[in-house]
Amino acid sequence: MEIGYYPGCALHGSSNDYERSVRACLGALDTGLKEVDDWICCGATAAHSLNQKLAVALPARNLALAERDGLDELLAPCPMCSMELLKAGHLLGKDKGLREEISGIVELKVEGRTRVLNLIQVFQMVGLEKIKEKMTRPLEGFKPACYYGCLLTRPPEVLRFDDCEQPESMETLLKAVGAEPVEWNYKTECCGAGMTMCNEDTVLDLSHKILANAEAHGANCLVVACPMCHVNLDMKQADIERKYQMRHDMVVYYLSDLIGLALGLDEAALGVDRHYVVKR
Amino acid sequence: MARIGVFTCWCGENIARNVDVDKVAEEVAKLPHVRCSLAYKYMCSDPGQAIVRDKIREEKLHGVVVASCSPHMHLKTFRKAAELEGLNPYLVEMANIREHCSWVHHNREQATAKAIDLIRMSVAKVMRNRALQPIRVPVTKRALVIGGGVAGIQAALDIADAGHQVVLVEREPSIGGKMAGLSETFPTLDCSQCILTPRMVDVGQHPNIIMHTYSEVEAVEGYVGNFKVTVRKKARYVDVDKCTGCGACWNVCVSKKNLSEFDFGMGKRTAIYVPFPQAVPARPVIDKSACLRLTKGKCGVCEKKCAAGAINFEDEDRLITEEVGAVVVATGYKLYDIGKDQANAKLEGYGEYGYGKYKDVIDSLQFERIVSASGPTGGEIKRPSDGKEPKSVVFISCVGSRDNAKGLSYCSKICCMYNAKHTMLYKHKVHDGQAHVFYMDIRSGGKNYDEFVRRAIEQDGAHYHRGRVSKITEENGKLIVRGVDTLAGVPVTIEADMVVLASAMRPADGVEQLAQKLNVGYDEFGFLSESHPKLRPIETNAAGVFVCGACQAPKDIPESVAQASAAAGKVQVMFSHQEMTREPEIASINEQTCAACFACVRTCPYTAIEKAEIRDRNGKRIKRTARVNPGLCMGCGTCVAVCPSKSADLEGFTEQQIYAMVESLV
Repeated sequence: MEIGYYPGCALHGSSNDYERSVRACLGALDTGLKEVDDWICCGATAAHSLNQKLAVALPARNLALAERDGLDELLAPCPMCSMELLKAGHLLGKDKGLREEISGIVELKVEGRTRVLNLIQVFQMVGLEKIKEKMTRPLEGFKPACYYGCLLTRPPEVLRFDDCEQPESMETLLKAVGAEPVEWNYKTECCGAGMTMCNEDTVLDLSHKILANAEAHGANCLVVACPMCHVNLDMKQADIERKYQMRHDMVVYYLSDLIGLALGLDEAALGVDRHYVVKR
Repeated sequence: MARIGVFTCWCGENIARNVDVDKVAEEVAKLPHVRCSLAYKYMCSDPGQAIVRDKIREEKLHGVVVASCSPHMHLKTFRKAAELEGLNPYLVEMANIREHCSWVHHNREQATAKAIDLIRMSVAKVMRNRALQPIRVPVTKRALVIGGGVAGIQAALDIADAGHQVVLVEREPSIGGKMAGLSETFPTLDCSQCILTPRMVDVGQHPNIIMHTYSEVEAVEGYVGNFKVTVRKKARYVDVDKCTGCGACWNVCVSKKNLSEFDFGMGKRTAIYVPFPQAVPARPVIDKSACLRLTKGKCGVCEKKCAAGAINFEDEDRLITEEVGAVVVATGYKLYDIGKDQANAKLEGYGEYGYGKYKDVIDSLQFERIVSASGPTGGEIKRPSDGKEPKSVVFISCVGSRDNAKGLSYCSKICCMYNAKHTMLYKHKVHDGQAHVFYMDIRSGGKNYDEFVRRAIEQDGAHYHRGRVSKITEENGKLIVRGVDTLAGVPVTIEADMVVLASAMRPADGVEQLAQKLNVGYDEFGFLSESHPKLRPIETNAAGVFVCGACQAPKDIPESVAQASAAAGKVQVMFSHQEMTREPEIASINEQTCAACFACVRTCPYTAIEKAEIRDRNGKRIKRTARVNPGLCMGCGTCVAVCPSKSADLEGFTEQQIYAMVESLV
């Protein structure tokens, strides 16, 4: 199986460990990724805070490229990217006038019919059966707290993915590979996201609460499917320790890390060794 | 030459401001057949009507056109005036030059021209009007009341006390409805059961009331004054006549762990049960999904213990027919499902409140049972998870209500009041407890209502936070309620022992199917439609069918009772005559030209057209035809539009009249 792949800025930059993990893990599941040629920024928060047309046009250009290349399914591992792409597709799909206008702006015909997927959905597409079949090392002793953050399930009317307040899809996948995900309360809370640049205290406060809640419910690691969440929850643990005099020492995995480990890949192949907090 | 009188009204300034009324009268006088044309400031006033009457008499008019407001407003007025002068009232027409002209146009010249056109059309029409006689239909002086909650009980008692027979159909094993399960009622805090159960007993003992409990309306045929209703009496497995209600059966029943519907799942019941001790009739029913005898063929101990021999495991549903003249629908409400799974695809649930996930997050009706003296905890406030007394309770308003994102845009109206009541009942039982309320607005209009809410806040110390709750989680046996106080502008986190969600009111299950059987309209939420929101709030568009209580819109007890009495009053008005008169402006079929395609039968929204046969004197069939039932026809004209052979026509709006109106215009 080969599907389209939209890395977005993070996976080619600060979170290239995530890309390594996604490529290695999906490769082991015989799923190839065809990167969209000449992709551009999804617009992220910057675009939709400033200019609604820009916020549609930027992701629309990427959708148009995917359509041009005949990619019916498009993996965007960053939830911000997948949300922006989906939102643009959603708006384009229901408004012919907008489709025509945006096609003119991006200089490519765009219909908005590409199926944009997050990482969890790609694993669902591969199927639990296939993952179990390829599994060589069940995740015994792993008690992950599955963290969805703010964007994987929201806004629900655009994403239409899982239950936006009480999601279960990551748990289902991880149970299939032998992990014992814990019940906890901060699955869909905010980690502080981009505030990490301008208001670090907020990020430290929110991320500290998330880590503390996971710990209190018996988790021995955290699982995310978002590069931004990973930065805040992994890289900031040292700062959190300084501020709150509390050492969490919580390993934060990408979803593809844990499934990759279960498939027998080693940590270096998945980029796990490049995380800030590593298992000792 | 016809003699038509035209009377143009100023309606004070309403018409005269934008229409040159004198010029209209002058121009209309020149039309052929117009015998006289006058204008007057208020044609509907006594002197105005006198002008019309005088002219009818003096000029020996054949027809009258009043050019004024909408016929909805004053057609009856002018028809009555004409009738007093001996002119058949159906020879009076109105030209609407107010709503259709002066109110919507600003160019005086053009509006005047349009008024003249409208009157010319009405003159063309009235010349072809026929004298009609009102239709008389006999009335069966017996009423059907559907639903035995407080509204149905009130309607049934009022009609029965007036001396008419009432058939009361209730779906549950006992009458009483939601009110029978409530603890105490706002704004007086009197005990709900104490005020309701005597009424229930009155119903049970009333010589004029026939009660069918554990029964549902299966089908409705006929028309106003003459309905034939099929009622399904569901298999009860207990002979109500033999049973003495001694309780031997439910005391020995071994299937004890069934969730009690009456307690909204807060308590348990046996498989053979009466829903609550004061049930009317005080006769049990067997839940066939829980009874070991009926599911597995074992047990049957209740049958052995029944001294009266009332248990019958072979019982089956029975269909009975009741003939009634009027129907009162009082099917009440249910609560919106809070959890994420919704039976109705148009609605969304609240995952964030953890209803169904956390045992101590309950809805308001469940709280009513917990706080009720007849409830599963005997009136002691104990939380469901561990039976401990909650020291901090959060009440959340507008769960579903006023939330477009969940699919319900309306206000449920009663929650602000019962939230205040709940905080008071809680404080009266748990003195060291603290109640919190999260609200959007406090809506407490009503006699002594706002004072009641102030009492909850000022005397009983409930903390009111204006804002929504974003999430409820559980930590160490506490519910962590996170919300916002928008007046203080700060996020609020409360560690609560129990959370009560004021879930939106929705119409009871099955009401849409029932409405279809009765030809009653309903809105997008399933609430039944009244005929006019202000002036006909009890009537529906189906003649002889009335609504009361929460099936029409969210309502509290006083309003439901008032509306029920009003419905009973409407029924009594109907029953005060031997015959009913109906407007004769209905459809008729020319049976000679009817090709019996029955397109009209299929399209009639009131099922007023039936298939009939014409036979000669030897009984041999000559032809088949469609035939209008004058008791049912509402005169909508759909059959006229669909008839391919032009055999259907509408009295008062014949095709000839419509064509004449169009011709007069072009």
